[in-house]
Amino acid sequence: MKSSAEKLSNNVSLMKKKRRPKDAAQQFAIYACAILTVVILFYLLIYIMIRGLPNVNWEFLSTAPSALNKTVGILPSILNTLYMIGITLLIATPIGVGAAIFLNEYAKRGKIVKIIEFTTETLAGIPSVLYGLFGALFFGVTLALGYSILAGAFTLVLMILPIIVRTTQEALKTVPNEYREGALGIGTTKWHMIRTIILPGALPGIITAIILAIGRIVGESAALLFTSGIGTNMPTNFFGHMTESGATLTVQLYTYAAKGQNEPAFGIAAVLVVIVLVINLLTNYLSKRFSNKSK
Amino acid sequence: MDIKISTKNLNLYYGQNHALKDVNIEVEAGKITALIGPSGCGKSTYLKTLNRMNDLVEGVKITGEILLDNENIYDPKVDVTILRKKVGMVFQKPNPFPMSIYDNIAYGPRIHGIKNRNDLDEIVESSLKGAALWEEVRDRLKKSALGLSGGQQQRLCIARAIAVSPEVILMDEPTSALDPISTTKIEDLMSELKKKYTVVIVTHNMQQAVRISDRTAFFLLGEMVEFGKTEDLFSMPQDKRTEDYITGRFG
Amino acid sequence: MNASMTIIGGRKSKTVLEQTMKGIFIACGAFAIVAVLVITIYMIYSGAPAMFTIGLKDFLFGTEWAPTAADPKFGILPMILTSLVGTGITILAGVPIALMAAVFVSEVAHKRIAGVVKPAIELLAGIPSVVYGLLGMIILVPQISKLEMLLYANDPTHTFTGGANLLSGIIVLTIMILPTVVNISITSLKAVPQEYKEASLAMGATKMQTIFKVQIPAAKSGIITGIVLGIGRALGEAMAIILVSGNVANMPALFSSVRFLTTGIVSEMSYASGLHREALFSIGLVLFIFIMVINVVLNTLLKKEAAANEK
Repeated sequence: MKSSAEKLSNNVSLMKKKRRPKDAAQQFAIYACAILTVVILFYLLIYIMIRGLPNVNWEFLSTAPSALNKTVGILPSILNTLYMIGITLLIATPIGVGAAIFLNEYAKRGKIVKIIEFTTETLAGIPSVLYGLFGALFFGVTLALGYSILAGAFTLVLMILPIIVRTTQEALKTVPNEYREGALGIGTTKWHMIRTIILPGALPGIITAIILAIGRIVGESAALLFTSGIGTNMPTNFFGHMTESGATLTVQLYTYAAKGQNEPAFGIAAVLVVIVLVINLLTNYLSKRFSNKSK
Repeated sequence: MDIKISTKNLNLYYGQNHALKDVNIEVEAGKITALIGPSGCGKSTYLKTLNRMNDLVEGVKITGEILLDNENIYDPKVDVTILRKKVGMVFQKPNPFPMSIYDNIAYGPRIHGIKNRNDLDEIVESSLKGAALWEEVRDRLKKSALGLSGGQQQRLCIARAIAVSPEVILMDEPTSALDPISTTKIEDLMSELKKKYTVVIVTHNMQQAVRISDRTAFFLLGEMVEFGKTEDLFSMPQDKRTEDYITGRFG
Repeated sequence: MNASMTIIGGRKSKTVLEQTMKGIFIACGAFAIVAVLVITIYMIYSGAPAMFTIGLKDFLFGTEWAPTAADPKFGILPMILTSLVGTGITILAGVPIALMAAVFVSEVAHKRIAGVVKPAIELLAGIPSVVYGLLGMIILVPQISKLEMLLYANDPTHTFTGGANLLSGIIVLTIMILPTVVNISITSLKAVPQEYKEASLAMGATKMQTIFKVQIPAAKSGIITGIVLGIGRALGEAMAIILVSGNVANMPALFSSVRFLTTGIVSEMSYASGLHREALFSIGLVLFIFIMVINVVLNTLLKKEAAANEK
């Protein structure tokens, strides 16, 4: 063993590279894990696409599943998903944005804000299977909505609320305080200031929140299985359909997979991956534009 | 004259930007060399070439030579970690690690292979004494370094730099973020440091250069305009540009 | 402008609007509180009775789950243990891989490579869990089945699972939490001040020493937050593992067909009735309690981190 004094000695040439087995091992671990992660992830993506895309054609997208016509189309699921997105966002966006405005513009730091933030975090942490249980009981049984798209949408409102609140809050925080002071300084009322200055400034953030929420709604299955159910009928009445059971794409994927009908399941999986890809591209684009603007 | 670092025809480019132009400086051992000049003149860039911290910047290209004890530090065979152990650095903003005071100082010796507890204790104590901080922190070595004042943090960073027994210490405007009292303490410390180490310091403060340095180099627009004994350079500058700068006509 | 206008009063209609809007915003803010309260009450209200009908001890520590037998048994210990063991192994296996991958993206990889890998990881974070289940069922289960055949070829006592077992569940969960933990770790590594890295390198530390001794410790609280989120995700996941873990309420063992708390609920909800259905809600309550504990831990961590960042 070298003594400590020797280890710190400067009596060495710069030109003699030290051997560092530990560094090499650590570097190997980093590369190995990174490659493992990347290989798995890309393998899965490619697998879904190769297995799924051949199933995706016009008939697949434009027909209903029917034993009679021998079709396995997903049109009802697409429509159900759109219903689910529409209803959920219609309710959750105003509440979520409102809550964010309250937290950022009205409330003073204190107990109330802490409780609201804690409960919002809690909502974000509750697993979807528990939302499913709660939704089935509360909306399905107590409010007598049974298995219906409405029951599913109401359940999802609770689930996506945290995303909208948090993302909107982030956006509100980036609106400079000078704007607020400037507006209030010339005698604007608070609501008028929020409506004309704050909300337009936070709009890209709110849109990002909505897109993220759409991603969550599209991907959800456990919370919907026992609330909106697994119906695959084509809507016959625009409003009436909301009270009918309807499987979204993801739920439909699960029912196919559980029945061993793998090909349509992979078809839906490919469609979902494309949707997620579009959502990610959109949010990345928005957040880039947003951050450029706030500079 | 004992030359520690000798810079020969050094050119540095950030992409298209020619940041250092044909710089030639000889840094004397056991002396304090000050680098002065207006901001953006290349003095900090030059300082960072001396322990190759510019390697971290993307797109940097360097030509010419820097010899440390007659070894070219830009030779491809060079082990940068040995270079940086020999040539330590103190930054403009105090940057202690988010660890205890003890662990901050012991960090360097540990990465260079010292594990023995007694040796580490000894190094920590002598380094803190060397940075005139021992008396202030001896009872709180296990406390977080982030709880120290700005001036104490900077002396901690000096202690951390000397803990690995360097030969040269580079200082990049080490007092610009500090109050006048802390600044005085660090300036006092410098005259102690030069007994054991060669010091190169970048400063934006000409009075500071006069007070502490033996040699001064004046930089302007990437050029080293003038280099000489500090008292000579400030009393009878040879170059018109140097004179304009030290008499406060620009910068 | 009317010069005689006073600044006191005189703007009643505006004030009414102001007050109304404020009231609406307060209501929106209170919505989350009400939602959590209602959910909590419903969880307890629907889950507690069956627990006591069955007997708390028989329910939590009973090892047999046979709700439809002539003499029904409602012991959920196998499910509790499966969830805990499954989540534990998932975290032990997933976190180091995820952390190293995050280090790669944020510190080691060339910018262009990182620019491809990071969006890909984000993409996978957004893929619905059912899809992971489907992939597990098709790709993984047959391979695990082969492995099982190999390992237990000479063991007549082993009940073959056809590859649908705890091991498959854990692998699917591990892959599922990877993107979450990687993303959060990247964010917290990137938040470590550049000065720390410079200081370390300037002392002659290598890049690896700097990463492992300075940057990762400095990003610790963020990484731990990511891990806790990963635990929550693994513990609460149902749809990804229901297709791959066999779904029999056995005690956890890698090559046993098992049932998690979550999959226990999902697999029987559609046909359960009476006490059986109520017992499923009780499982939900147990899971809810686990998750609430994790939420409280997470919240404390986040607050600590926020406090540390303000320094």
